[in-house]
Amino acid sequence: MYSYSDFDDAFVRARVAQFTQQVERRLDGSLTEEEFRPLRLMNGLYLQLHAYMLRVAIPYGSLNPGQMRQLAYIADTWDKGYGHFTTRQNIQFNWPKLPDVPAILGALADVEMHAIQTSGNCVRNVTADHFAGAAADEIADPRPYAELLRQWSTDHPEFQFLPRKFKIAITGAPNDRAVTRAHDIGLRMVRNAAGEPGFEVMVGGGLGRTPMIGVTVREFLPEADLLPYVEAVLSVYNTLGRRDNKYKARIKITVHETGAAEITRMIEARFAELRPLFGGNDQRLLADIREAFAPPAFRNAPTDAYDAFYAADPVFRAWADTNLTAHRNAQYAIVTISLKAHGETPGDATSAQMRLMADLAEKYGHSDLRISHEQNVILPHVHKSDLPTLHAALTQAGLGTANVGLLSDIIACPGMDYCSLATARSIPVAQELATHFEALKLEHEIGTLKIKISGCINACGHHHVGHIGILGLDRAGVENYQITLGGDGTETAVIGDKTGPGFAYTEIVPAIERILRAYLGLRLEASETFLQAFRRVGMDPFKAALYDAESAQDAA
Amino acid sequence: MSRRFTPKVVTANLLREGDVVYLTAEDLWSPHHHEAELIEDEAHAQMRLLHAAAQKLLVVGAYLADARPGPQGPEPTHFREEFRTRGPSNYNHGKQADLAH
Repeated sequence: MYSYSDFDDAFVRARVAQFTQQVERRLDGSLTEEEFRPLRLMNGLYLQLHAYMLRVAIPYGSLNPGQMRQLAYIADTWDKGYGHFTTRQNIQFNWPKLPDVPAILGALADVEMHAIQTSGNCVRNVTADHFAGAAADEIADPRPYAELLRQWSTDHPEFQFLPRKFKIAITGAPNDRAVTRAHDIGLRMVRNAAGEPGFEVMVGGGLGRTPMIGVTVREFLPEADLLPYVEAVLSVYNTLGRRDNKYKARIKITVHETGAAEITRMIEARFAELRPLFGGNDQRLLADIREAFAPPAFRNAPTDAYDAFYAADPVFRAWADTNLTAHRNAQYAIVTISLKAHGETPGDATSAQMRLMADLAEKYGHSDLRISHEQNVILPHVHKSDLPTLHAALTQAGLGTANVGLLSDIIACPGMDYCSLATARSIPVAQELATHFEALKLEHEIGTLKIKISGCINACGHHHVGHIGILGLDRAGVENYQITLGGDGTETAVIGDKTGPGFAYTEIVPAIERILRAYLGLRLEASETFLQAFRRVGMDPFKAALYDAESAQDAA
Repeated sequence: MSRRFTPKVVTANLLREGDVVYLTAEDLWSPHHHEAELIEDEAHAQMRLLHAAAQKLLVVGAYLADARPGPQGPEPTHFREEFRTRGPSNYNHGKQADLAH
């Protein structure tokens, strides 16, 4: 894992010192709120519905155990003993008090973390495949490139006041687990005809008010060209992007209004200017960074204990079947720790759970932890012989839920329980869906299903790319939930289609049940997933299940 | 003809703690919605909002929120304001916990 250089450390400490003084000046009245607001946002501090909220970046979702313990310490010392992991691989603390925030930032700096550029119209936290460096299907580990991008984008003088926020995601595998097609820039590693690794560069993806799938502006970008090319994209956007209208300011609108061919031409022209200015220092830096991400010293030991336990213990087997992913080393597994226990808040972990996960990562996971955009925690490198012990420890702490990839593994934004932008609640809908289908014992029968819930049109909950997406709106002073079907956030990304009129808060869970009962009735076989079935039969049977039943009920 | 003025309360968040507060008729900030001054006149509402916004060392983001009279005092009319009177629905945190004892 990358460790801060002296430069990184000095930069982060200097920012903490600056912000400490800015808070003092706000509290003594030297700064007005209008003056202070952009300063606090630059440091990740929002004012939400009930309290302040501090958003801390977890670069490309990677944490070491010491950092995870420090997050637990912050939660206990200055917050309410828990943290919320987000779809941007950040952690949010929901209850900090303004005078305490400088101390929190100091505590973060102590473990090489910060909240810089987690808000504002700049390049935000660069996100990556949460299985990076471990996945069996990977071409190369994307984290060194993500770290290079982090260093390049942090405090980059040209890109601190972009037309709007800017999100970059990167994956090193052909199977896209980082939703790259829904980012301002998506980078997907591919190989060219000669077998060399490079990137497919996608630009102008994004969800929110105007959801769009990114367009490919380069089929193959040699890895040495990464920084100048990304800089060219930002440079073109910085010039063309609409500063006159907040709702048209994202690069997806720029791409749409300029046209894919023309914007590609402009990016290539700018790239031709910038490329000669990169003299190779970026590549030397990348080589150094790459050393920091060298694979761990994998243990060579028998896995018989795992096989025996798997055969003997049905509870362990159920967990292994859903929560493990193939590792590049056949003796190892990638463990996804579900933060989606039925009825709990998706993405939340208590300080005790954070400490346990840190301990387990240290003991069994080569001291590596990841946060996924799906709001779970990953131990990317666990030897199979350690899995039974690990599973037992997780289960004791309420972290052994066997539901990854299933109905209750729901993405939900904080919604109107916390967020001041929200138009409806998300969390209780997720909780109710999980407990309802758990009680019906239908979750495993339904199988692979991604439900994603956003509490407003900004789509932090990625509802557009959920197999079933739920969007909470305010319709004439009442919470109302709109359903989309058929969304997909992978390499075959698609924006879901709206079913029709929305449903009231008390009606949304029964509505989802009608959709899923329709699916169970029409699927060809148990292995046909909801998404596959939807692609085969289209919207009509689900519409009928949703609305015909409803009108029949109304008539009754 | 202009629309009839909907009664309002002045609400904000405390600068230091972030807690939701309401402006009372006695110029105090109360954590209880029912203790807020229910403002029935538009011009008076603007005056009270200016008064609130001037308290830069105490509160942040003051605004007028719709309300209606109730047996204990003003009540919120919109669900967002109702949530602000108690806290999140997923944990017993915020006002619902702080004011319970």
